[in-house]
This record gives sequence, structure tokens and C-alpha cells, in this order.
Amino acid sequence: MKKYTDTGKKDTRSGFGAGLAELGKTNENVVALCADLTGSLKMDEFKANHPERFFQVGIAEANMIGMAAGMTIGGKIPFTGTFANFSTGRVYDQIRQSVAYSGKNVKICASHAGLTLGEDGATHQILEDIGLMKMLPGMTVINTCDFNQTKAATIAIAEHDGPVYLRFGRPKVANFTPEDQKFEIGKAVQLTEGNDVTIVATGHLVWEALLAAEELEAKGISAEVINIHTIKPLDDEAILASVAKTGCLVTAEEHNFLGGLGESVARVLAENKPVPQEFIATKDTFGESGTPAQLMEKYGLNANAIKNAAEKVIKRK
Amino acid sequence: MPHNTQQLEDFVTQVRRDILRQVHKVNSGHPGGSLGCAEFFVALYQEVMEYSTDFTMDGLNEDLFFLSNGHISPVFYSVLARSGFFPVEELATFRHIDSRLQGHPTTHEGLPGVRIASGSLGQGMSVAIGAAEAKKLNKDSHIVYSLHGDGELQEGQNWEAIMYAAGHKVDNLIATVDLNGQQIDGSTDDVLPMGNVKDKFLAFGWEVLEIEKGNNIVEIIKGLEEAKALTGKEKPVCVLLKTVMGNGVDFMMHTHAWHGKAPNDEQLATGLEQNPETLGDY
Repeated sequence: MKKYTDTGKKDTRSGFGAGLAELGKTNENVVALCADLTGSLKMDEFKANHPERFFQVGIAEANMIGMAAGMTIGGKIPFTGTFANFSTGRVYDQIRQSVAYSGKNVKICASHAGLTLGEDGATHQILEDIGLMKMLPGMTVINTCDFNQTKAATIAIAEHDGPVYLRFGRPKVANFTPEDQKFEIGKAVQLTEGNDVTIVATGHLVWEALLAAEELEAKGISAEVINIHTIKPLDDEAILASVAKTGCLVTAEEHNFLGGLGESVARVLAENKPVPQEFIATKDTFGESGTPAQLMEKYGLNANAIKNAAEKVIKRK
Repeated sequence: MPHNTQQLEDFVTQVRRDILRQVHKVNSGHPGGSLGCAEFFVALYQEVMEYSTDFTMDGLNEDLFFLSNGHISPVFYSVLARSGFFPVEELATFRHIDSRLQGHPTTHEGLPGVRIASGSLGQGMSVAIGAAEAKKLNKDSHIVYSLHGDGELQEGQNWEAIMYAAGHKVDNLIATVDLNGQQIDGSTDDVLPMGNVKDKFLAFGWEVLEIEKGNNIVEIIKGLEEAKALTGKEKPVCVLLKTVMGNGVDFMMHTHAWHGKAPNDEQLATGLEQNPETLGDY
């Protein structure tokens, strides 16, 4: 099985900051808007280098989304930055009407998604954002797995004409994807080859899936791990090609199982090739305060949980 | 382009007919606010704004207009069509299936003249501010205009936007509020009293200009020209346009009853009689 090395733990939000800083230099149409979380979103470098293209809107997310929609009229490519909760649920109607329905080229960049936000608790730990965003016609939904991939995705979405939701997180996690990767929206990345079970993971759970695959390998089970960084449009072909081989599948995400990656995958399977599926996701619950590791353990979102789900789903074949 | 007052008033009369006929045909839509703003739209598109009917979404080097209270689409569509953005015959498709003239304005079907979807209230000022900021970045000295209902100011997003525009000196924006004092459930004072709207904008740091006779096209043009002269001075400009809902059709005036209700055949005939054909019906 192909092995991956953690080159040093980094937060995905810093990958966003690095990508945005790069875009500042290379694309003069890129503008950034932030709702009083510049440091948390790692937008400081862009702000320092391009003050004229940085818009501090204050704690006023609805106005931020509307302004971003307006700035596309005149050719700007706005990147909005705030926590995932305030990027989606708080401004759903603004995104729906002024951005998605209006077809505006706005990049909604959302940090601190999911349980790994940690100690702040459930008010801030949104686990419904992927569902909210993927239901909007025309919205691209991306959830990156590490620093390098988040940086690459940030740069790539500037070239995509249309609204994008880019989801990333707060904690420092393994950085294992190539520094020089080319990010292709909607194109799944197969990380390991396997014949017994497919593990389709997104975001922080991609690394956990790789750890699970190693443990499974030690038990003589070969797992095919696929990094689905783009939840919409979903790479149906990659999923179907893999389950044609393995005959069963585990989906893994830091999100509610209602409305998340798992349900999107289940639809593809139901329409094409139904196979047993297990869902690693939160099960219709809010989060709570705790360290990221404690929360991921308690809510069953780590390598161990993925390994157990894989063993279970293989038995269901 | 019409220039004398009679020509402008004739234009308005035709727009009133278009409004009544659009909503009557589909037995739905919002005639009251549309009629109240007919003079404003004609003033804006026939006299005040600089624009090209060769429509581009970016609207570089031209004035832009955003309608925030999208339910008054009948007046917007009539004036856009009669200003040359699309054929007037298309007004006959208002609210029909497969039409570009959706119940509320949208970019989705590519109708020339529309740059944002509106209808869910309270979003247009933020969009207008964004477009105004983009103009500044593009070194484009043209003005962004917007229109808002007075009841619409009850939506909180407006006040985020109003605070931003003053705080960040968005001085290439003229936001007009249609002060007709009515909303769906009754008078604005009965539904949710808003106090003194002028004082509120002043307190937020805006320039405020009042047009007392908001259904007098000469007064509107004069007021909007004054508003233009106030741009570029580090403050956003608010125009308080005092209109009568349903203006020009006697039984629709001074009431919220016709906010979102279409006239029947008889009522249409009466309305059209009060507004004889001037530029030719579609």
C-alpha cells in the first residue's frame, strides 16, 4: 500500500491564507472581504500587501455576502472569509438569492468547520454547512484535507467562473499531499489502491482514513482510500470504478450524516450500483466543548471508527 | 429621448398602463408600489442615469441601478423595455412560464438591464455598495443607484449596509427609499413603526435629501440632480422619495390594499381609462 508522510502539522486555514496571498500577487481582480476574523482566517498577509483590495466589513456577514455579490459586477473575484457557521447558516438567504440564483462569481471561504473547532462548542461547530451549500443550484462545494491542498484549492477556485464554497478548519493536522499539486475541481484523488473496501473521505478525515487503511492492511484487508475534496460536483466515476472492484464503501466526513458527503455518495450508488455503505459522520447531533481529539473520538470520527466501519461493511457484502 | 415635461408625463402614463396590463393578465403581481414609483423610474432611465442599452453585466463606465424591493418588477420591466433594453412585446410574458420576466427580477434568464436577483427583501443595498466599491477599484467615476421600500428597511441587513457605506465613505452611491408609508399588512406605522427615517440615516452619517413630491417627475429629476451633486464628498447619499402607493389610478391610491393584488376586468378598464394610451400598448 502506498504510504504517505506527514511533513509537519499545519492548519488548513493557513493554507487558505497562503493561497490568498499568492492570488493577491497573481490576480489583480481578486478582492477579499472579512467579517472581523482576519487573524483567524489567516488573511493578514493579503490585507498587508493589498490594503486597497481588502474590505473589513465588521461583524455583519449578511452585508459581506451582498457586497461580494455586488463586487462581481465590475469584474472582481471576491473571497469572503469568516467561520463556516457564519458563512452559511447565518447568511443562507443572502447566498441563495444574491450569489447562487444571481450566478455571481463569489468564493465563500469558511474556516473552523466541524467539531475540530473544539472548545468554543456547538454554537460555532457547524455540522450542516455542506448540506446547506450543496443544495444550492450551481454551487461548487469543496472540503480540503490539509495545508497544501487548501492552498492549491484556494488558487484554483479563482479560475473557476461561478460560486464556490470552500470549507476548511482550525486545528493543525497532518500535511501530506504534494506541495506542487494541481487542484482539479470535481476530480477525486485516489490515495491507495485496494480490493476489499473503498473509503471515500473528505476534509480532516482523509488523513484518518489513511491511518485506518494502514491498520486494516496489518489485518490483511486492502482498502482503497479516495480523497473526495469536491463534494459537488461529485466524481461519480471514481466512486463507481472503485466499488466495482471492492463491492462496499465507507464514507467519512466531519459533518452530519444528513445532508453530507455520505448521502451524496449514497445517491450515486443507488442510481448506479447499490453496495453496502457505512457512514462515518455525526448522527443528527450538535457538538460540544472539548479538545478536537476528544470530540472526534466521542463522536466517532477518527481512524479507529473508520477501521471498525470498514470491517463491518465488508461483512455486509 | 423625451426631454420636455409633457413627453415625460406621457411616458409615465404609458408605464402605468403597462403595469396594470401586466398584472391583470396573470392575475398576480404588485401594482401598488409599481405605480407609486413610475415617475421615479422614468426620471432615472430617461433623464438622470448614463447607461448603454447594449447591456453588459459589468456595466463599466456607466451608471448602475439596483432594485432591492424586487416585487415592483412591473414598473422596472416596463421602463427597461421602453428604454430599449428588450422588446416591449415581451411585457406580455410577465410571470408566464418560460419567460425572462419572472415574478421578481433575476439575472437567471438573462434579461438585459437586470444585474441581481431581488425579491427576498433587504439585500439590495449591500449589493449596490459592493458594485460601488468595484467602481472605485476600477477608477470608474459613475454612480450606483438603488431603490428600497420603506417597509423593507425593517430588514436588519439594511442597517449593516447603511453603517458600512458611511463608515467606509461609499460616496458614489445614491440609495433611494420609497416612502409610501404602506406595506402588505397595513401602514408602516401600524406594522412596525420606524420612527424618523431621515434622522436614522443622518445618525448613521449619510447625506439625506428629501423629495416631498415623489410623484412629480420634475421634482424628482431636480432632486436626483441635487443628489448627484452630493456624491464624491465622502458620504453616501440617501434620497427619501415621498410617494403615493397606487398613484395615477384613483381607487388604488392611499391604501395598502393593492400592494400585491391584480385588478379585475372592470377595474382594469377604469385604470386604463384614467391613463390613456400614449406611446402605444405592447
